[in-house]
Amino acid sequence: MRIAIPVEDNETEICPSFGRTSMFLIYDTETKEKKLIDNSAIAAQGGAGIKAAQVIVDEKAEALLTPRCGENAAQVLKAANIQLYKTEGTSVDEAIQAFQENRLEELTDIHPGFHGHGGN
Amino acid sequence: MKIAVLSGKGGTGKTLVSVNLAATAETAAYYDCDVEEPNGHLFFKPELTQEEQIFVKSPEVDAQRCNGCRKCMDFCKFNAIACIQDKAVVFPDVCHPCGGCILVCPEKAIQESKRPIGKIVQGHSENVQVISGMLNMGEESGVPIIRTMLRHMTEHPHPFTLIDCPPGSACVVMESILDADYCILVAEPTVFGVHNLNMVYELVQIFNKPYGVVLNKCLDGENPAEQFCLEHQIPILGRIPFDSELGRLNSDSHIVSRIHPAYKELFTEILQKVKEAVSHETAVDSQR
Repeated sequence: MRIAIPVEDNETEICPSFGRTSMFLIYDTETKEKKLIDNSAIAAQGGAGIKAAQVIVDEKAEALLTPRCGENAAQVLKAANIQLYKTEGTSVDEAIQAFQENRLEELTDIHPGFHGHGGN
Repeated sequence: MKIAVLSGKGGTGKTLVSVNLAATAETAAYYDCDVEEPNGHLFFKPELTQEEQIFVKSPEVDAQRCNGCRKCMDFCKFNAIACIQDKAVVFPDVCHPCGGCILVCPEKAIQESKRPIGKIVQGHSENVQVISGMLNMGEESGVPIIRTMLRHMTEHPHPFTLIDCPPGSACVVMESILDADYCILVAEPTVFGVHNLNMVYELVQIFNKPYGVVLNKCLDGENPAEQFCLEHQIPILGRIPFDSELGRLNSDSHIVSRIHPAYKELFTEILQKVKEAVSHETAVDSQR
């Protein structure tokens, strides 16, 4: 199973922002392979969540491990049948371990997003 | 003559000032561009004459025709389109309906539909023509409504027009002051009020508009907003006292200048100063 996690530049910590993270870690639970991909949405003026979610969809991930997620991104991910799990703490390795031991809860508190502030 | 009334935040007295200046003028057109929470009509209680629905264009994807080529998604600089299971999906609240996706779609799978976002309501209240823009709840941007109001302003010019702006200094405010000949900045006598005054002060300078300040809620003693005006040599057009009688009348949706002689006088004086400033500007402008 392929899982995706938004990660900081140091590659070991989870990024608190899904849409504006600089990279995603794609981890294959069967082959234990790790791959880092750039988030093309990092500098997007708007719709970053949608674009970042598209990156995850295109990577054919089946689950996303993230501390939080906005509603537009969640809509894209759900339509692509990607499961959302809520991470605790900042360690990427711990999050992967917790996921594999079925200790992560589903992410249900989807925030309304930070888009559209200040008019357009 | 078009006068815009603005302030860095809500509740400073934009509507109080613009409604009363319009009511004091011999005749006026009052445009409520604070489309997210228009309240000028609560004071004027206009006899309604016209109502116009405002629509924005919104792209709609025909899933039968869409082959998932992603040309629309790659084109959209607002990232309002995702491609899921080889079908384009539009996010209307992120879309700035530019029509680009419709043009680039080789399958002609995207069509433009119209989505209502609000309305413009017109009416009369004695000497004042009242035009209010009203944005539907939950809509992201009132700019299309304000643009329609400005077009209306140009097509039906009135000798004296007052524009009640939205609070702050964001796009909706810039849109509202675009055609204004003069800007009135309403300020509160607090440090926070000065911060907000500074925001609109910077804005009117960027837009190269002549401006003056009305100091609202004035108390005896120190007034940081007045201090700010003195330091920056900003003309002060008038001072509205922090008066419980005014507060009561205003919160009962009365137009104070129509029922209270002292306030009629106060707003007449402000109006006079504004008119002088505008005619002075016009004279200076014609010499340039």
